[in-house]
Amino acid sequence: MSSAKKFDVIGHARRRVDGRAKVTGQLRYADDLTLPRMLHAKLLRSPHPHALIEAIDIARARSHPGVQLVLTGRDFPVPFGIMPVSQDEYPLAPEHVRYVGDPVAAVIAQDEQAASEALKLIEVTYRALPTIATPEEALAHPETRIHDYGESGNIHRNQAFEFGDVEEALAQSDHVFEDVFFFEGSTHMPMEQHAALAASEGDGRFTLWSSTQNPHYLQRQLARVLQLPAAHIRVIACDNGGGFGGKCDPANHEMVVSKAALMLGRPVKICLTREEVFYLHRGRHPVLMKFRTGVTRDGKLTGMHLQTLLDGGGYGSHGPASTFYTGVLTPLTYELPRFKFEACRVFTNKPACGPKRGHGTPQPRFGQEVQLDKIAERLKLDPADLRLNMVTKANSLTASWLKIGSNGLAECIRQVVEGSGWRQKHGKLPEGRGVGIACSSYMCGAGVSIYWNKMPHSGVALTLDRSGQVTVFCGATEVGQGSDDVLAAIVAETLGISTKEVRCVTGDTGITPVDLGSYSSRVTIMMGNAALQAAGRARDMLVTAAAEQLEVLPASIVLSRGRVFAAGDAAKSMSFAEAVVYAETKFGTLGTVGSYTPPKPPGKFKAAGVGPSPAYSFSACVVEVEVDEHTGWINVPKVWIAHDIGRALNPLLARGQVIGGVYMGLGEALMEEQVFRRLPPKLSDALVHKIPSLLEYKSITSLDMPEVEVILVEDPDPNCPFGAKEVGQGPLLPVMPAVANAIFDAVGVRIDEVPITPEKVLRALQLKREGKNPRVGPERFPDVHYAEPVFVLPPGEGGDGNETKDHYKQAVNKVAERAVS
Amino acid sequence: MNTMAKPIDRRKAHIRLRVNGEEVEVSFAPYKTLLEVLREDLDLTGTKHGCELGECGACAVLVDGQPLLSCLKLALECDGCSIETIEGLAEGPELHPLQAAFSDHGGSQCGYCTPGVLMTAKGLLDAEPNPSRERIKEALAGNLCRCTGYQQIVDSVEDAARVINEQRAKA
Ligand code: FES
Ligand code: FES
Repeated sequence: MSSAKKFDVIGHARRRVDGRAKVTGQLRYADDLTLPRMLHAKLLRSPHPHALIEAIDIARARSHPGVQLVLTGRDFPVPFGIMPVSQDEYPLAPEHVRYVGDPVAAVIAQDEQAASEALKLIEVTYRALPTIATPEEALAHPETRIHDYGESGNIHRNQAFEFGDVEEALAQSDHVFEDVFFFEGSTHMPMEQHAALAASEGDGRFTLWSSTQNPHYLQRQLARVLQLPAAHIRVIACDNGGGFGGKCDPANHEMVVSKAALMLGRPVKICLTREEVFYLHRGRHPVLMKFRTGVTRDGKLTGMHLQTLLDGGGYGSHGPASTFYTGVLTPLTYELPRFKFEACRVFTNKPACGPKRGHGTPQPRFGQEVQLDKIAERLKLDPADLRLNMVTKANSLTASWLKIGSNGLAECIRQVVEGSGWRQKHGKLPEGRGVGIACSSYMCGAGVSIYWNKMPHSGVALTLDRSGQVTVFCGATEVGQGSDDVLAAIVAETLGISTKEVRCVTGDTGITPVDLGSYSSRVTIMMGNAALQAAGRARDMLVTAAAEQLEVLPASIVLSRGRVFAAGDAAKSMSFAEAVVYAETKFGTLGTVGSYTPPKPPGKFKAAGVGPSPAYSFSACVVEVEVDEHTGWINVPKVWIAHDIGRALNPLLARGQVIGGVYMGLGEALMEEQVFRRLPPKLSDALVHKIPSLLEYKSITSLDMPEVEVILVEDPDPNCPFGAKEVGQGPLLPVMPAVANAIFDAVGVRIDEVPITPEKVLRALQLKREGKNPRVGPERFPDVHYAEPVFVLPPGEGGDGNETKDHYKQAVNKVAERAVS
Repeated sequence: MNTMAKPIDRRKAHIRLRVNGEEVEVSFAPYKTLLEVLREDLDLTGTKHGCELGECGACAVLVDGQPLLSCLKLALECDGCSIETIEGLAEGPELHPLQAAFSDHGGSQCGYCTPGVLMTAKGLLDAEPNPSRERIKEALAGNLCRCTGYQQIVDSVEDAARVINEQRAKA
């Protein structure tokens, strides 16, 4: 890329700043930490999916050798939850358990062995309640309430929005396509099991080291649960051994060790077992979806009515946001004049679902992109051309009032079509082989914070001293995605030094400025912009001092490769460290700060804050498959993916994120599922996790993984630091529908749900042989009583972004009248 | 609270090991796995765990030169063995070619699977200096990585093999 030439650091493939510690085993993850006098905690979890706790007897556990403390729900009267509207969880359930694995008691002992032994001595008397296993059951049995809050019965959230009169648009379309899809739940499966270590500092203060993606939100929730001032709590996010959204929620075990450390005055550590990680979950929501989509004869969208039903599991988690996300980002990819979505999240007696890579959007994207393939087939259009002909434009507003900035989607489609040989392959490969295409878009950070406030979303502080040392502080959290590397690169580029000269101090609420956390693909953009501001301010001071010393105009000063010099005059030059000395002499001790607050969302209706983002990334993907018609086995020999990243700050890491996203997407497409079964009645009838182990939870191994050809499309976005957009989540999204579409191209069957297993392919092939509709997928969409939609006129129809309370026609009339007068 | 109870004495087992070339003696509770003894009793926390059930490969170390899942091995069975862990891979400040290649090719993202992957790869390259891409994938099939999608891991091992062979040719 020619753009790389202008920069010393940005755009060059580099070793990541934290790489050495990772390859030498020196990096300390949470469970690698120990402190003198440290104790160990273990949690007792409910064996019932739904029950009331009638009594807990902890006497025997307390007198077990080595046991220091036993905690129960009584010790935690205050509930918590990441979203202010869903504070429905207790560190230890006081009276009501809602899934197999819900924590009810904790033992803190000298070692893990003693704690485990003591857990067995706790006697809990449960009164079993009827169990809700599926969203259909949740809707059919409002009388069995899992929570006593929410919309009604077991409905947690009910959201509906209509941008323009969709029924009218559908009525005027040449074709209306109606399809139902199902996306099974899956889990993050970070390789690191969650761990946390708390240490009291006396006077009611403590420090918690944890594998958390969001130390700031965790600090707030700890303050709430423990009823302490947040300023007395220091949360240090250790480098995460992978998160993918699974370490976003504040978790029971973090509260428990904090409380125990405060009570005992000794450090307390916990590390969840792998089985417990499956129970903590917060993964992909299983979502049933119905699309009614109107198109013109030549394949342009006219309107879409999307309905979703989310299986939320036992707690709220990020559920209110997840519910929105099954709808709001849908209009980003293609021109869609009118759009209505209705979304409903229900509680069931399973581990809570929450944010997993792509948070709420992979599910509708799967449905939308598979439906487009069906539309192209029916209209006899090439699926790539169909998409190319209607991609959204740069600097435009969607019908749903999302502001799109830079937009490289068309280029992404062109590049994957070209790279994959699409035109020679689609519809032309021998039976059993096929290619499929799909696209997507994702946000670069949520435009509003999880709790309402007008403060910055990210803050960065920078210090420099006479040694030439540069230290940058930010609350952002390294979860493996490379956030420390982004931070160092932006500071280094701005100050004309190398990333090795920048020390990053991150994810520590005790010493770093607030950053909201590693979620919603926000770090590069928000932390990056804050870092750019802080570094820019430091640069100004260096320039002023150096210009004075070199007796040149400040405008002629260049900072590059560790030197500070006058452009065009080689004699007027000094080292970076010398420039810092002059600046420190002139200004005193050097320190700057920078912060970033996202732009205001263009929509003004209620909940218009969910979906807007400073920028959107775009991706297009072609997957090739080979399907064995005898076994149903699906082999993926190759994947081509183009991702519009704006600018790749470190192409090596950016490519790694893309390939990692494809990997996780293929897993969801082909095998990953977080599923449950009922034990036989004589064994309690409980609803249990089918496969809470890494062996049984199928994921892609090195042997299954196809070659991935990555194309980075660089169209810098003005809202982003050096134009860089996100890459952590977007590239996962087009993979699942591209696989489904490739299978259709290969063997002519439609699998309208994921995972697409050999068994489903065989079933569809059998239907095909019998002359029936060769489709496997959900047959019907249940009756859901959705909320009355918030009606907003799209920008293209004269709307002003506010909700229109009147009837649609009246609203249109008013606009027309205004136009006349 | 039970502060007056009898102290727990679990350190009943005692073995000698050679760890990364150094002789060590260690006492521990007899039920402990090699993984636990390395991490908890020898402070070698570079070796990770993702399941403690033999399902993920994060805990792989070399025992007498062979890759082994340390979570499945009782430490008691290792008396007199020679163990190599991630901490012993670099020679002084010099990265091992595998470590350098992982840094240069993006073989490590969150880094959590990395020690296990590196030790498994070392076991492979020690035994087979010129493995094919397929062979590398096969050797690493028991090491789960949730971040990289494996492609850059395989690239890294391939490149390290090349470098090691070049170094050998020069020597
Ligand atoms: S910890 Fe040993 S294989 Fe997972
Ligand atoms: S790098 Fe994160 S699990 Fe492999």
